[in-house]
Amino acid sequence: MEENKTLYTITIFSENTVGVLNQITTIFTRRQLNIETLSVSPSAIKGIHKFTITTFSNDEEVMKKLVSLIDKRVDILKAYYNTNEDLVHQELALYKLSTEKVMAHGSIEYLVRKYNVRILEVSTDCVVFLKAGHYEETQGLFEELAESIGVLQFVRSGRIAITKSKVERLSDMLAKREQENQEKWGNA
Amino acid sequence: MHIMNKDNQNPGTNSATNKREQETEIISGSEILIRSLIAEGVDTMFGYPGGAIMPVFDALYDHKHEIKHILVRHEQGAVHAAQGYARVSQKVGVALVTSGPGATNTVTGITDAMMDSTPMVVISGQVVSSLLGSDAFQEADVIGVTQPITKWVYQIRRVEDIAWAVSKAFFIASSGRPGPVVLDIAKDTQVNKCAYSYQKTHFLRSYQPVPEIEEDHIRMAADLINGAKKPLALVGQGVVLGKAEEELRAFLEKADIPFGSTILGLSAMPSDHPLNFGMLGMHGNVAPNIKTNECDVLIAIGMRFDDRVTGDLKTYAKQAKVIHFDIDPAEMNKNVKTAVKVCGDAKQTLPLVTALLDKQSHAGWLSEFKPYVQKEFDCVIKSELYPENGGEIKMGEVVHKVTEATQNKAVCVTDVGQHQMMSTRYFKFTQSRSMVTSGGLGTMGFGLPAGIGAKYGAPDRTVCIFVGDGGLQMTMQEFGTIMEYDLDVKIILLNNNYLGMVRQWQELFFDERYSETHLKNPDFIKVADAYNIKGRKVTQRSELDEAIAEMLAHKGAYLLEVVVETKGMVYPMIPSGGSVTNILLGNGNKL
Repeated sequence: MEENKTLYTITIFSENTVGVLNQITTIFTRRQLNIETLSVSPSAIKGIHKFTITTFSNDEEVMKKLVSLIDKRVDILKAYYNTNEDLVHQELALYKLSTEKVMAHGSIEYLVRKYNVRILEVSTDCVVFLKAGHYEETQGLFEELAESIGVLQFVRSGRIAITKSKVERLSDMLAKREQENQEKWGNA
Repeated sequence: MHIMNKDNQNPGTNSATNKREQETEIISGSEILIRSLIAEGVDTMFGYPGGAIMPVFDALYDHKHEIKHILVRHEQGAVHAAQGYARVSQKVGVALVTSGPGATNTVTGITDAMMDSTPMVVISGQVVSSLLGSDAFQEADVIGVTQPITKWVYQIRRVEDIAWAVSKAFFIASSGRPGPVVLDIAKDTQVNKCAYSYQKTHFLRSYQPVPEIEEDHIRMAADLINGAKKPLALVGQGVVLGKAEEELRAFLEKADIPFGSTILGLSAMPSDHPLNFGMLGMHGNVAPNIKTNECDVLIAIGMRFDDRVTGDLKTYAKQAKVIHFDIDPAEMNKNVKTAVKVCGDAKQTLPLVTALLDKQSHAGWLSEFKPYVQKEFDCVIKSELYPENGGEIKMGEVVHKVTEATQNKAVCVTDVGQHQMMSTRYFKFTQSRSMVTSGGLGTMGFGLPAGIGAKYGAPDRTVCIFVGDGGLQMTMQEFGTIMEYDLDVKIILLNNNYLGMVRQWQELFFDERYSETHLKNPDFIKVADAYNIKGRKVTQRSELDEAIAEMLAHKGAYLLEVVVETKGMVYPMIPSGGSVTNILLGNGNKL
C-alpha cells in the first residue's frame, strides 16, 4: 500500500483481439503508472473481454486522462475508473500448507472460523486453503499462517469488481450504436 | 469459379456483372490486396520492394494502370511521401514496404503521422506465418514496435482476412481524428488463394469516430462567446482535416473574433484575412501570444495545446474561460482546463454555435493587437524581410521573395529547424492544405520526401520545399526519386552550414558553446547535377530575385541553394517552458 495515494480500479471492455493488453499497458507505461493487480476474462457479452486493473495514484486528473486514452483505442469499447467506495470488489487467495504442520498446529477450526476459509484439498503432503476477500483479509490470513504454520505456496488473484451505482450498461451502449449504424447505412 | 484473366484492366469496378463474378472468384492474397486498395480509391502509393512483400509487387505489375507506385530510395521516404500526399490531397496516404528493416525504417514517419493526425495506411510484408516468432530472416515484431505509435495495427495471417483488414484500416485511418494504421501481412497469405468480395467498412462497434454533439454545450459555448468582450480563437489542423474552413470563416466573422493559428493550422484561413494575426507559439507572432493572456474567452478549434504553443501551462491563459472544439474527447482538459467542451466534428459543431451567435464587432479589442503587430514588424520582421544592402542574405527574405513570386498560391513544404520557422512565419497562403510540415514530432529529413508526396497529391500546384543543409542530408537520396519520375518540385535550400536551430539554442542558452553543430557540407549543386536536377547557388542578394524567377520558370525539378546568414536567429522566441508573454525579440529589443 502506498501512502497518500488512492487505489483506483479501472474497468475496461474490449474486443477479444490479439494485442489488446499490450495496447492498454503501453498507456500505463507512458504515464509511469504501475499496475497493482490485473484480471482479464470473457465478459457477459460474447466476444467481449473485461479487464479489471488496479493502480495507485495521488491525482484523479491522471486517472481521467488515463481512462480517456484507453477509451480512445479502436479495439476498446469502454473504459472507466472507480475508487473503492463505489465498488463491491473481491480477490481470491490460495494457500498451500504442509499437512504435517497443520496437524501439529491443532487449531484449524479457529483459523477456518476466523477467516472463513474453505479447504479445497487435503492429501498426505499438503492442505490447500482458499480465502476470498479484500486485500487486507487475504493478507491477514497469509501473515497469520506464515507465522504459525508456514506457507509452502501462496497465490493471490487480481481484483474483480462490480459497481454499486447504476451505470449505463455496455449492452445498451452497443445496441444503441448498432441501431444508429443501421439507420445510417442500412444493411450495406 | 474461375481465375480472372490477367489482361483485364479493370477488375475493381463495381458493375453488377463484375460484382457477381467477384463473389465467386478465387484469387491470390496479393491480388485481393491490390483490388481492395483500388476499391478504396487508392491510385497512388509509395514503396520499396523486398523479399517478404514480393508477391504483392508481382500483383501490382498487373495493375500499373490503376495504381501508380512511386519507388522511393529509402522506406522513410515512402512514409513521408505518403504523409505529404495525404496532407494536400485529403486522401489516405499509402506506403508499401517489406518486412524487417523495410518496416522498421517506416517507424519515424508513422510516429510523425500519429502526432500530426495524418491519415495513412502502411502495408508491410512479414515472414511466412509458420516462421513467425522464430527470428526468421528479416523478421521484426512490427506489431509490437508500431502499436504505440499508430491508431490501429493488424497482422494478417489468413488470406480470408485481407479484404476485411484493408477495409477496416482505411475506415480507421480516415475517420474521426485521422491517423496511421499498419497492416503487417505474412508472406504466405499473399500467395494463398480465396474468394474475393469487397465491402467498405462504415461501422465498428468498439469505435466511435465522431463523438455525439451535446446540445447544451453548444448553447454554453455560444453564450460565453456572446458575452465575451475580448475573445481570441486558436485555429488548428482539425479545421483542415474536418474540411471546415468555410464554417470557421463564418463563425469568426459573425462574432468578429481575432485568431492565431498553430503551425499545422496555418493555411486554414487566408494569411491576409483581417482577423488573422498569424502564428501561435514559440516562434509565433507577438500579438496572438500576448493576447492569449489578456483575452476573456479563448476558443480553441481543432488544436491540442501543444507545449510549443502554450509554453508554461501555469501561466497560460489563466484569466480566460476556455472553449475547446475537438473531435477527440481525449484532448479535452489534457493540457488546459476547459470551461466548455464542444466535442464533435468542427464542420458540424461550428455552424451550430454560429447560428446562436450575435453579430458582433470587437473593434476596440482588435485595435489592441495593432501595437504588437507594429512592434514585431519594427523589431523583427523589417530587418528579416527587407534588410539593408550589404551583409549576408537573411532566411526570412528568401521565403518572403519565394511566396511573393508564387502569388502566395504554392504549397509550402518544409523540413525541420530554423528554415521551417522562417517558412511558417513568412510564407503566405491563399488556400487551405498548403502547409506541409512536421509539427508534433519535428522530424528532420521530412521535407524532401514529403514534398515529393505533396506534388503527387497536388500535381497542378507549385510545390516549394524549404530545407536546411542538415535536414536535406538526412533524406537526400530522394533526389533519385525526383529524377526517376521527373518531378517538378522546387527545392529551396537555406544553407548556413550549421544545424541552425540547435546552434541558436547554444548561442542563447549554452554560452555559445557550439558543440557538434557546424557542418562541412558537400557541393549540393553537384549532387543535384548528378541526379539531373538543375541547380543554382546564390550568394549575393542582387541575384536572388532573378534566381527565384528562373527556378519557378524552369520546367522540372530545381534546387536553389541560397547561402544565408551563418548565425541567423529566429525571433520572436519564447524560451522553452517560458510564459507566452515572455517573448525575446533579439537585437536588444524589448516589448
